[in-house]
Amino acid sequence: MPIKLPSFRQRRDTYPPDLWTQCPACQEMLFNKQLEKALRVCSNCGHHFRLSAAARLDLVLDANSFEERDPGLQSLDPLGFVDLKAYPDRVAAAQATTGLRDAAVWGFGEIGGRPVAICVMDFSFMGGSMGSVVGEKVVRSTEAALARRIPLVIVSASGGARMQEGTLSLMQLVKTVAGTERLRLAGVPLISVMSDPTTGGVFASFAALGDVNIAEPNALIGFAGARVSAGTIQGELPEGFQRSEFLFNHGFVDRVVHRSELRDELAKLVALMAPVPQADVTADNGNIPAFRPLSFLSALADRVIPESDETVRG
Amino acid sequence: MVDRLINRAGRRGAGDPAQDVESADPTAAVWARVQLARNLRRPRTLELLALIADDFVELHGDRFFGDDPAIVAGLARIDGRRVVVVGQQKGAETDENIRRNFGMPHPEGYRKAMRVMELGERLGLPIVTFVDVPGAHPGAESEERGIAESIARSIALMTRLRTPIVTVITGEGGSGGALAIAVGDVVLALENAVYSVISPEGCASILWRTPEQAPAAALAMRMTAADQLELGVVDEVISEPRDGAHTDHPATAAAVKAAVVRHLAALERRPLDELIDARYRRYRGLGAFTTLKVEPVVVPERPGFTERLRNLLGGSSRATNGTGPNAGSSHDEPPAREEV
Ligand SMILES: [Zn+2]
Repeated sequence: MPIKLPSFRQRRDTYPPDLWTQCPACQEMLFNKQLEKALRVCSNCGHHFRLSAAARLDLVLDANSFEERDPGLQSLDPLGFVDLKAYPDRVAAAQATTGLRDAAVWGFGEIGGRPVAICVMDFSFMGGSMGSVVGEKVVRSTEAALARRIPLVIVSASGGARMQEGTLSLMQLVKTVAGTERLRLAGVPLISVMSDPTTGGVFASFAALGDVNIAEPNALIGFAGARVSAGTIQGELPEGFQRSEFLFNHGFVDRVVHRSELRDELAKLVALMAPVPQADVTADNGNIPAFRPLSFLSALADRVIPESDETVRG
Repeated sequence: MVDRLINRAGRRGAGDPAQDVESADPTAAVWARVQLARNLRRPRTLELLALIADDFVELHGDRFFGDDPAIVAGLARIDGRRVVVVGQQKGAETDENIRRNFGMPHPEGYRKAMRVMELGERLGLPIVTFVDVPGAHPGAESEERGIAESIARSIALMTRLRTPIVTVITGEGGSGGALAIAVGDVVLALENAVYSVISPEGCASILWRTPEQAPAAALAMRMTAADQLELGVVDEVISEPRDGAHTDHPATAAAVKAAVVRHLAALERRPLDELIDARYRRYRGLGAFTTLKVEPVVVPERPGFTERLRNLLGGSSRATNGTGPNAGSSHDEPPAREEV
């Protein structure tokens, strides 16, 4: 049985598409205004539609608390990649459709009144694929969270690494988890929220490594893609294969959270997990300096400030 | 699948791949390299160790689930130097290749690798890894046991292990399944090795809509060792015997040994803090982007009650936050979906 890949095309039907959307799960026609109001969750069956980066930020952050960072990061074409279309043309087309510069947005915000660093991905930009820009934004969000010692929330929505940047996309797996690993060692929490879909190299890097992994209901979350669906691996796939609940049942997701409860869940987690400010740690010990075996990491984070105004090229 | 893999490895294009790499047609040349990289007679971890190591004791099992024959790991002595070794292992003969799952590891393989690499760190032994894998095993058991988590965890571990790591891409560097044991202070590649984010067949299936275009995809992805050197993903290319590594194992092993020993000697002289810092910077710097001066994206305010009501009644033609039905429907955009 092949995996049912997410559908990338809107259905054509007789309903005017600017007013109505058909739910791919239950076929119900949904009035767009009501769908928006319901956080893009089908009122009939609970299917979670994908969210744009802006809508996701709006959903999880306190009102007006978002300050975007590095909005000007723009991908290059390191391989001169052309398939049926040139890579720069694909990027330009995606920018025109989405209004985004690439598939991720990062910055600072507040959740339940507490500061967080946040990075959200947008599937509508080239399938949320991770190339150099997405990798750079993710790692900058880790470095910022480490420097400020505030929790990092990453919301993934991605088909995986971006093929058009070749192994430089693959190297973003290392770059991003090098950042999240430093957070882990320094006791700064990472909350990974996996939305539909979170697959390939994004799942096999920072998304799988949250201190807390949250998944939206029935999101496609998995590593292997096309080859499995092409049927080269024989045998029946288990029920609900590569869906949130499957991941939950196998112990890779802490909580499957309905979108309407996501903000409250995150607020609780951030409050429970936010690192104790350094000043308080020292105060508790009187005049004795706090024992911080990995304090060198914070110092490293200060030293590794990326070149920001020029082309960074390995 | 067995047939497919054997045919794929055994198939010859226009002629002998060792000759075709010199072809004036760049697509034919790169495809010849892919065939050489996949040649089942190519020396892999165990074959290389037999020629390189003075001693080798293989260690088995991940201590959680089982032992994965697609990854070998153990303690070795190379040129008088004690090291731990981790590498992928295909089989040269069909039966052995099936037993080793065509070199495609399951999560327990990567967990074994992590266990042994951590042992290396604790004992103060440098790590040498040999990479040759079509990809991590794509299948239900693999996903159930957390193939993505094991790969992510292994990459993360390698970014911080406080001991020198030298990685050699000896054949196929197949995406995340390769990268999971390929994070190093120095990354070397044999001349006919390839390294890619997705198999050329997978890339072609998605972007060209047919696997027949695999050679074109291989060229577009610039997956040869020389290309990877240029991109900075690989630090040094090790020359192979004229007709390819499979034709002369001892000469290949000698070249690999010389390069590995030379880099280990250099890395061992560096203080560990500096080494870890440099490793972070090595990967931190990989990527190609520019920074434009732009205004930040303004997030629209949450609509008030009246606006919501107006929206509900259809008075406004604009959906909030750009999440309307057409956001995200770029119709000709194939999914940027990678394979394993
Ligand atoms: Zn529905």
